[in-house]
Amino acid sequence: MTVQELPGAGASHRSTPPPAWRPRTDAAPLLPDPEPYRVLGTPAAEKLDADLMRRCHAELVRGRRYNAQATALTRQGRLAVYPSTVGQEACEIAAALVLQEQDWLFPSYRDTLAAVARGLDPVQALTLLRGDWHTGYDPREHRIAPLSTPLATQLPHAVGLAHAARLRGDDVVALAMVGDGGTSEGDFHEALNFAAVWKAPVVFLVQNNGFAISVPLSKQTAAPTLAHKAVGYGMPGRLVDGNDIAAVHEVLSEAVRRARSGGGPTLVEAVTYRIEAHTNADDATRYRGDAEVEAWKAHDPVALLERELTARGILDEQAVQAARDAAEEMAADLRERMNADPVLNPMDIFAHVYAEQTGRLREQADMLRAELDAEEQS
Amino acid sequence: MAQALNRAMRDAMAADPAVHVMGEDVGTLGGVFRITDGLAKEFGEDRCTDTPLAEAGILGTAVGMAMYGLRPVVEMQFDAFAYPAFEQLVSHVARMRNRTRGAMPLPITIRVPYGGGIGGVEHHSDSSEAYYTATPGLHVVTPATVEDAYGLLRAAIASDDPVVFMEPKRLYWSKADWNPEAPAGVPGIGKALVRRAGTGATLITYGPSLPVCLEAAEAAREEGWDLEVLDLRSLVPLDEEAVVASVRRTGRAVVVHEANGFGGPGAEIAARIQEKCFHHLEAPVLRVTGFDIPYPPPMLEKHHLPGVDRILDTVARLQWED
Repeated sequence: MTVQELPGAGASHRSTPPPAWRPRTDAAPLLPDPEPYRVLGTPAAEKLDADLMRRCHAELVRGRRYNAQATALTRQGRLAVYPSTVGQEACEIAAALVLQEQDWLFPSYRDTLAAVARGLDPVQALTLLRGDWHTGYDPREHRIAPLSTPLATQLPHAVGLAHAARLRGDDVVALAMVGDGGTSEGDFHEALNFAAVWKAPVVFLVQNNGFAISVPLSKQTAAPTLAHKAVGYGMPGRLVDGNDIAAVHEVLSEAVRRARSGGGPTLVEAVTYRIEAHTNADDATRYRGDAEVEAWKAHDPVALLERELTARGILDEQAVQAARDAAEEMAADLRERMNADPVLNPMDIFAHVYAEQTGRLREQADMLRAELDAEEQS
Repeated sequence: MAQALNRAMRDAMAADPAVHVMGEDVGTLGGVFRITDGLAKEFGEDRCTDTPLAEAGILGTAVGMAMYGLRPVVEMQFDAFAYPAFEQLVSHVARMRNRTRGAMPLPITIRVPYGGGIGGVEHHSDSSEAYYTATPGLHVVTPATVEDAYGLLRAAIASDDPVVFMEPKRLYWSKADWNPEAPAGVPGIGKALVRRAGTGATLITYGPSLPVCLEAAEAAREEGWDLEVLDLRSLVPLDEEAVVASVRRTGRAVVVHEANGFGGPGAEIAARIQEKCFHHLEAPVLRVTGFDIPYPPPMLEKHHLPGVDRILDTVARLQWED
């Protein structure tokens, strides 16, 4: 029996719902395409911008080398930990390259490479992971927020900053990065909701790398894709192949353009894969098989681009070698500077708690000073 | 007091275009307690903004706004409604200055109406100040008078550090003549004030317990006690000098607050007193606090809240004999 067949459910008894009950009819354009958007290896690659792609390639090669060097520094004990982005370099590089100088990047703890690609000194980007200070740079100088270790909590910051900039009439877009696991956090929801309501010039980039430490996406969400979540907030959701830097760059550029022109926020899900473990403290073999990793290695972002650009004559052996040489140079410099012990002043731990030190902190600072003096004399 | 708080925000907004008020219901409605009444009308919805109902989002977006140079004043509506914003508060607001080596201080004022005595139902009467005082990087202040409500809120908004501004909601309707242009006795954040001079013992208190302590001090006169009443006004930083000076004068101290006793501000203050006034003490430092229970239902709250009788009974125990 349907509702219409129920006794007394005749048309004469029906009441028309007030207008507020009616859903928006313009939801369809917000939905992502069923397949991740791709450029490399498709007819869309005909229109590649050769200069941009050469730059992307050089940055990808440098990014891969950066990942390898940072991982090596972890093994040498120079970094407490390093969350690798091997396999995800296309997302990291594209996120940095689509922003203009006045725009802001809001990275998560995994996104040091995006910060470096935006121009931050690699040593400054690594202080959090080395452990000499939480944030090794002035966020305002570089327009890069501190790397956020709590998940998704930096997303509302991006919304607030973008909103504030718009209130002031400044042309500023904020791009905030988060992982697949981070989309389950309450702050993800609140940030997207605020951004959509305020029409804030923000781009949310979800790097879906398959796992939140060990928990796969299937146990993270029941949504069709993470990009689908956008429609619930009233913003467009875009699904893109996160290993295809041409595609990621194009989708993010479009989202940045929309934000800049007052069109509001976009949620971009880049489907990618974390080739290495969550960090060096993690054993990835406990939750995934070699075959899966090998399949993703065959879909490597650096190889994908190199193959396409070489085939199209945009890149020659000489250019590839030049990119590799530049990456080696960066790695050697990073290695050398990270091998020097940072000079630390223990009294700094009291220096930046408040604008003006409280009496209690002055007492505790005196205690540490006395301990340090005693140590020096003995 | 409600008008004084309103006036403080109005004057701060007029003086500095960077000051923005935001929260649930603060705009058109003027806040559930009307503390932000008229601000949206006077300064526009961009300066006094009704946000979506989401405390983490309210405080989290305020962080981003402060990162861009604004001075957000955030309303948390009710004490227990602030808890979803805790991660933002503890992980970002309190430590942004520290983690960026001073490059990025966050001048955010977080207004938290707190405490009981107004017959509120569950989750509307918590005294949550100990959570905030336990978090380095935050200032925690609370006015007990109309004049302080204005002066302290202006000081909080002017502060370059985040300030948790605890508003004793049962004092919202207290009245007094006051001059908003020159709030007497508010030399910024971190100064306690002797509200009543005395010689026999010091009642150390703040916020909603101040009027109770003043009443108790009057009543104690009949029993031969000349009590001093010290209003802390600021829990972080704590005016230890004022506490120590008063207790050294009187030789006896009782700390009075609504918040639960265990791990409450009174425990810290009592510890500091015994460290710094041990040889001046004629009796152990005692506390009169809320019981260590979840805030009781409104029909029972009078048994939980520190009242005059409980304070007087405690003062009587200061007649210490071995």
